[in-house]
Amino acid sequence: MTLSSADFSAIWLTLKLASLTTAILLVIGTPIALWLSRTRSWLRGPIGAIVALPLVLPPTVIGFYLLMTLGPNGVIGQFTQALGLGTLTFSFAGLVIGSVIYSMPFVVQPLQNAFSAIGPRPLEVAATLRANPWDTFFNVILPLAKPGFITAAILGFAHTVGEFGVVLMIGGNIPDRTRVVSVQIYDHVEAMEYAQAHWLAGAMLVFSFLVLLALYSSRKTEAGWS
Amino acid sequence: MTSTIHARLKLSYPDFSLDVDLHLPGRGVTALYGHSGSGKTTCLRCIAGLEKAEQGFIQINDEVWQDSDKKLFVAPHKRALGYVFQEASLFPHLSVLANLEFGLRRIPREQRRVDMAHATELLGISHLLDRHPQHLSGGERQRVGIARALLTSPKLLLMDEPLAALDSQRKSEILPYLERLHDELEIPVLYVSHSQDEVARLADHIVLLSYGKALASGPIGETLARLDLPLALGDDAGVVIEGQVTDYDAHYQLLTLQLPHSQLNVRVAHSPMAVGKLLRVKVQARDVSLSLQGGELSSILNRLPVTMTSEISADNAAHVLVRLDACGTPLLARITRYSRDHLQLHPGQQLWAQIKAVAVLA
Repeated sequence: MTLSSADFSAIWLTLKLASLTTAILLVIGTPIALWLSRTRSWLRGPIGAIVALPLVLPPTVIGFYLLMTLGPNGVIGQFTQALGLGTLTFSFAGLVIGSVIYSMPFVVQPLQNAFSAIGPRPLEVAATLRANPWDTFFNVILPLAKPGFITAAILGFAHTVGEFGVVLMIGGNIPDRTRVVSVQIYDHVEAMEYAQAHWLAGAMLVFSFLVLLALYSSRKTEAGWS
Repeated sequence: MTSTIHARLKLSYPDFSLDVDLHLPGRGVTALYGHSGSGKTTCLRCIAGLEKAEQGFIQINDEVWQDSDKKLFVAPHKRALGYVFQEASLFPHLSVLANLEFGLRRIPREQRRVDMAHATELLGISHLLDRHPQHLSGGERQRVGIARALLTSPKLLLMDEPLAALDSQRKSEILPYLERLHDELEIPVLYVSHSQDEVARLADHIVLLSYGKALASGPIGETLARLDLPLALGDDAGVVIEGQVTDYDAHYQLLTLQLPHSQLNVRVAHSPMAVGKLLRVKVQARDVSLSLQGGELSSILNRLPVTMTSEISADNAAHVLVRLDACGTPLLARITRYSRDHLQLHPGQQLWAQIKAVAVLA
């Protein structure tokens, strides 16, 4: 056996985190992307910039602010304590919140591009064929933006798997709760367990390559993501 | 004329404003005609609710779709209209059949007045149902788009230059279907176009738009013959006449058409048609010449006794445009200024109009 049970536990936790984060992001990212692709409001610039911030900020900065707001003295921390939930820092729930913010642009931007590429015409056509806005969303926008959703889901999932700084800042390194693969590799290296680190790092490398290979190979036939 | 479509629309953009008050017949085809930028498409979009006129009142028969005074604005998907866009805009993810069913399925069964078999037969697309839009020609796509709009059993069909994106061959492929629509369905149509030929062929009523204002609105025959409109100045100025077939001469293959409300006839080369049918013809102003006597032998088939009513200068100094009255049917003649002086033309004068060519619009 080359991977320890701690390694498998980290892999399982990582997959759980990435799946949940992707699911949440698809649900909240879709209305944000739809709004960004349609609105003429002045808020479009600021909101678009906020969504894109994780692309440029060091993960430690995001992690630091999350630690402050989710912690015992932070706004959200006080709120969750008042609800009797304790604080979300150093918990799986805290990791999910951090990952949602950190991977947001990787989901919102492909969706926004897909929605923009559809343009207003199919929506107008649907309206003149008596489809109400919800009907139009499910029967016209969703199927036409399908390639964008696939891209968004893959990128959101893969990017969450690859996260390290934010996790370390707000999750710490608690086995089975916040110790994801990237942190586990860091631990192995710190402990000079290079053979263990090799196996996990190699698995991450192969996984990431396969994900991107799938994405770029299917790109040719996709519309709406550039 | 009892007008059953009323659209009062006011709207302004930085570089364009629309201000019209249209009372249109609730049956037949009404053309919104004008150059690009005249506001015809904006009118149509406002009536559909795809654009919102700041001040507007839209009533189709007894249904009010917008009344800005009462803050009433019916959402587009709640208006019983069909809309045909310039590009067919079929849903690319659906087959032809699924495109057609998209609107049909959203209409309660008891409100359906056009069924699938009728619509596909009317537009000649029955053999295309399994195909995907990518595999259709431009003309086929547009026919599917029209059928899809019809299947919502609309109370008003809006068509935004449905032929503009097609080459002339595809146009002539679709025009007969549009004529059948006109003849077989009781749905009033608003038809946006900048092509006088299409308008002459299809429309019963015309609204002339220019820079967001309606310059004229009236029956096609009268309106095209009005000298006070820019329509009369173009090279293809002329009148449209809807005549009734009274006779067919099989030997010479000539159809006799009686002009509306008169005993005057014109004859035109055509295939046989049943007596009593209506046929639309266009007489171009440049094909009409005038003479003082009607008697002499000539190769010209059609000569009509007319009364001169008025004249204006044409678009160049050598010509004038003369309006004539043939027992109630207006005619235009484009003649040289020299001939006018030579014949000493004046309003009220009795003349003979010699018509060199009568173009059948069908």
